[in-house]
Amino acid sequence: MRGSLVPLLITVGVFLAGTLACSLEFPHFASTLVLGDTLTDNAFLGVVAVGMTFVIISGGIDLSVGSVIAFTCVFLALAIQRHHVSPWLAFPAILAITAGYGAGMGALIHYFRIPPFITTLAGMFLARGLCFVLTTDSIPISHPLYQHLYLYAIDLPGRGKLSVIAMIMLAVVAVGMVIAHRTRFGANVYAMGGNRVSAEMMGVPVARTTIMIYMLSSGLAGLAGIVFSFYTSAGSSLAATGVELDTIAAVVIGGTLLSGGQGYVIGTFVGVLIQGLIQTYITFDGTLSSWWTKIAVGILLFGFIALQRGLAILSARGTRAVAA
Amino acid sequence: MSATSARLTRLTNIPGSAQLAALAAVLLGNWLVFPGFFNIRMVDGRLFGSVIDVLNRGAPVVLLSLGMTLVIATGGIDLSVGAVMAISGAVAATLINAGTPLVLVVAAALGAGLLCGLWNGILVALLRIQPIVATLILMVAGRGIAQLITAGEIVTFDDRGLIALGTGALLAIPVPILIAAGTFALTTLLVRGTALGLFIEAVGANERASAYAGVSARVVKIAAYVWSGLCAAIAGIIAAADIQGADANNAGLWLELDAILAVVVGGTSLLGGRFSLPLAVAGAIIIQAMNTGILLSGLKPEFNLIVKAVVVMAVLLLQSVRRRD
Amino acid sequence: MQVPERKPLLSIEGLTKTYPGVRALDAVDLHLYAGEVHALLGENGAGKSTLIKVLTGLTGRDSGRFVLDGQEISPANVIQATALGIGTVYQEVNLLGNMSVADNLFLGRQPMRLGFVDKRRMRQQAAQIVAKYGLKIDVAAPLGQLSVAVQQIIAIARAVDLSARVLILDEPTASLDTQEVALLFDVMRQLRERGMAIVFVTHFLDQVYAISDRITVLRNGRRVAERLTRELPRIDLVQMMLGHELSETALHRHKPENEAGETLVRFEKYGKRRYMAPFDLSVRRGEIVGVAGLLGSGRTETAKLVFGIERAETGSGRGLVSIDGKPTHIRSPREAIRRGFGYCPEERKTEGIVGSLSVRENIILALQARRGWLRRMPRRQTDEIAARYIRMLDIRTPDAERAIQFLSGGNQQKALLARWLVTEPRFLILDEPTRGIDVGAHAEIIRLIERLCADGLSLLVISSELDEITAYADRVVILRDRAHVAELSGSDVTTSKIMTTIAA
Repeated sequence: MRGSLVPLLITVGVFLAGTLACSLEFPHFASTLVLGDTLTDNAFLGVVAVGMTFVIISGGIDLSVGSVIAFTCVFLALAIQRHHVSPWLAFPAILAITAGYGAGMGALIHYFRIPPFITTLAGMFLARGLCFVLTTDSIPISHPLYQHLYLYAIDLPGRGKLSVIAMIMLAVVAVGMVIAHRTRFGANVYAMGGNRVSAEMMGVPVARTTIMIYMLSSGLAGLAGIVFSFYTSAGSSLAATGVELDTIAAVVIGGTLLSGGQGYVIGTFVGVLIQGLIQTYITFDGTLSSWWTKIAVGILLFGFIALQRGLAILSARGTRAVAA
Repeated sequence: MSATSARLTRLTNIPGSAQLAALAAVLLGNWLVFPGFFNIRMVDGRLFGSVIDVLNRGAPVVLLSLGMTLVIATGGIDLSVGAVMAISGAVAATLINAGTPLVLVVAAALGAGLLCGLWNGILVALLRIQPIVATLILMVAGRGIAQLITAGEIVTFDDRGLIALGTGALLAIPVPILIAAGTFALTTLLVRGTALGLFIEAVGANERASAYAGVSARVVKIAAYVWSGLCAAIAGIIAAADIQGADANNAGLWLELDAILAVVVGGTSLLGGRFSLPLAVAGAIIIQAMNTGILLSGLKPEFNLIVKAVVVMAVLLLQSVRRRD
Repeated sequence: MQVPERKPLLSIEGLTKTYPGVRALDAVDLHLYAGEVHALLGENGAGKSTLIKVLTGLTGRDSGRFVLDGQEISPANVIQATALGIGTVYQEVNLLGNMSVADNLFLGRQPMRLGFVDKRRMRQQAAQIVAKYGLKIDVAAPLGQLSVAVQQIIAIARAVDLSARVLILDEPTASLDTQEVALLFDVMRQLRERGMAIVFVTHFLDQVYAISDRITVLRNGRRVAERLTRELPRIDLVQMMLGHELSETALHRHKPENEAGETLVRFEKYGKRRYMAPFDLSVRRGEIVGVAGLLGSGRTETAKLVFGIERAETGSGRGLVSIDGKPTHIRSPREAIRRGFGYCPEERKTEGIVGSLSVRENIILALQARRGWLRRMPRRQTDEIAARYIRMLDIRTPDAERAIQFLSGGNQQKALLARWLVTEPRFLILDEPTRGIDVGAHAEIIRLIERLCADGLSLLVISSELDEITAYADRVVILRDRAHVAELSGSDVTTSKIMTTIAA
């Protein structure tokens, strides 16, 4: 896949250059402490972005993930805190609920040919609305599991720690890579993103794959919700607003083609790290305000989309030249 | 077929009958849960009442849906309108506090919206980036830009002229309603008084055939996005004037979705082609009337989002089933 | 030499398929033998693609049956057809350019190990497969980076590896150059020797005679003939495809050279690489120039170059245009329209009409576009224009506000003609103006063409109906293999002369 490696290499290059620049400016930047914190702070984003990667590679989009995260947090807070349900029961329950939610959206997209963006937009409304209906309060979760989670963190060389949620994220990324490149489902996702009609004619079970893709995305949003609830130890219906945009940005900056068919889970991971890098830079700088994050992400997003267009035009020309 | 049912069929075939029926049903429902719904009072030379409230609060979405209709009719989508509202509100608030005359403030805010629209239009029409993706960029970065302008704070102001744009009344009618009505008239004049409307519909329905007939899709698309940006800027000014401040984080939040919903309810296909401005306005008012109805019925306002989700899916499922027939 | 009583591997018997208003296939028979390349030929609308669609389960049939190896079969979709051993490779390769060669060969049937795709084994097996076809390529490379010919061969390899016994190649050579065609033919010969039955759809006659053993000709949904290639002379084949006898009957009035007007428009060395060889073309005032050639010979390509949809290559004396002797340029349809051109495309639905707009709006679209968006024509004026042309061209529609997609093909075509006539053009390009139009409307459109010409309009008419062309054209340009090869004028404009030139 020589052609599609270019965006990924650029992503990695941007990340390395950014890290280098930050390290030169701030002496304490290049440390395991910063690394551990970045991974922890962006763990939920990393988890949900893996699911989004599959959706976008298949040629779709999922705008509902932020709301699903919020719903998960609210659900967990109510179940664990108010109704004293064991987390070990609440976790599988919410994962099943969110995966089912995604399956429903996938079914609507496939069987009724409603564009993914509007289906998941409605899904975003619905999930956020359900949050508000459950509660409008922010409920802190004080279950022992939540309080003692930090005990399980692994010490990194230096002062850094690898938290449990960072480990979950890394595990999801690893599993995501295996699914993308080592399973028939993964191949089918790339095939659908390449050309849905061809994929269907070549025997890809399009209906099942579509449903599974959105199931995976929503299910991972559920897992990201669990991670987010660990991170904040609370459930709030206002949580994770705008996360769908950060997620899409991470995927695109990670080199995945927004028109589908090309992309890497590992690229998405680097995309998440780049966003973390920007936030960390702003924190270190101290004088810059947080809104610069949005602008920087917007600029990167534009840069990568323009790059994708440029590469597409170049490769179209290249093919013609080869043919001639 | 009996004469009555034939007449009924003919009636339902009139464009807009479904929307008008839906509007009537929602208004009727509101009246049932709140018998005083249609009461209108005059207080201090200004009309008050639930119906007026629906129109007044619906003004921003009506404004957004005007531009959104044109964009969707070209086969596109504009996700950035909420962020553009935040930008224009931020521009207006900061400038008015700097002592700029109101006229210039409004012009600058509109100019900001115009530039945003132009940016989207160039990405879509010249760089040929898919509309969802192209406008996503501004949707992400726009709120950052707005915060940059307001330096991250909620900028409040007390200029009575600017506040009047959101809360004042003229001839007893709230100003936002007048602005929305005026923009509706202007938009109608723009697209139906010129050939732009025809070109938009032609490009949205069949871009290639239109190009072969000499219609420039580029100009048409850029115009639609520019107008959408402009409408969003107007809505942003009203929203800021209403709360007497610019809140870069929350101004126009999720309103892009309401606007898309209004256009869809108004019967314009997401695939582009034929559009109707009056029906998009009707769609926006239906949505606002539902919001108000939920409030009046004593249900939590949070149900709004659920109802909207259900309504938009119902409309799209209906369209999908009809397309298959 | 043929073994007597040899049983066909696949027989199609009495296949009939109708679409609303059109009988696409009418009791068509076809016999495929193992170890043969069977060319399936015909002009547009002859029924080739419908036949392939029915055979591969993409669409249903009204009647008729398929017998494969003695068993009656009835594939309901492509997957089933593939499972039965009928593989299809389309002109637009329907593989996945974003995925690797190995992925494409093994999608859905990847070798597995411990529940995961065994990539190494998949690559090894893929490498073995492509080696069999004499390709030296990296199977891990994305398919989209390979040339179209190689992609075609990969598609064939996938079909064959999926145990295909019957291979349908739908215009596989349409976008290949000579070398690539040779490569593909090597593969086809190899497969033929292995006992494969190959259906080969093409419109290049040279290729038909180079590779095929048997020919079936379709015309207007009927089978005209099934012959052994070596027993069918080229001229007979062209006659069958175009549906004419060599005897010349009709008399035509052609303008003598001296009666013709001044040259209106002249194109010199007009062409585009990989699209159309450079040609010279000039059209005089009040002249009808016909364009004839087989499907794929460059008819529509000529029109699109002339109308500025495709940009001709310019520089060093190439790509020159002059109108009334004055040099100019045509780089877009808008420029062409401004110079007084109009174009009724062959693909009426996708390139001509704007389906959901009304008849009136379709008629005024080009004129309004030329006026610009600011100078909108008042509604009353457009009503008048529409009413006038609906009356003049006898466009049958309940009213002018009817969406044009609900009109019949002939009336859509007349509305498109009206679209250009309201712009008062000097030069009209009509690409297959009578395609898919019923007989009555057919005659009307011909009369209309003649009337327009009498009014001093210049026309370039592309048509596969030689009767029509010879009836009205003053001159005929003959195309073959994307090049203008000859020009006939005066008494030379006869169907037989056209056919012999095409077949030469």
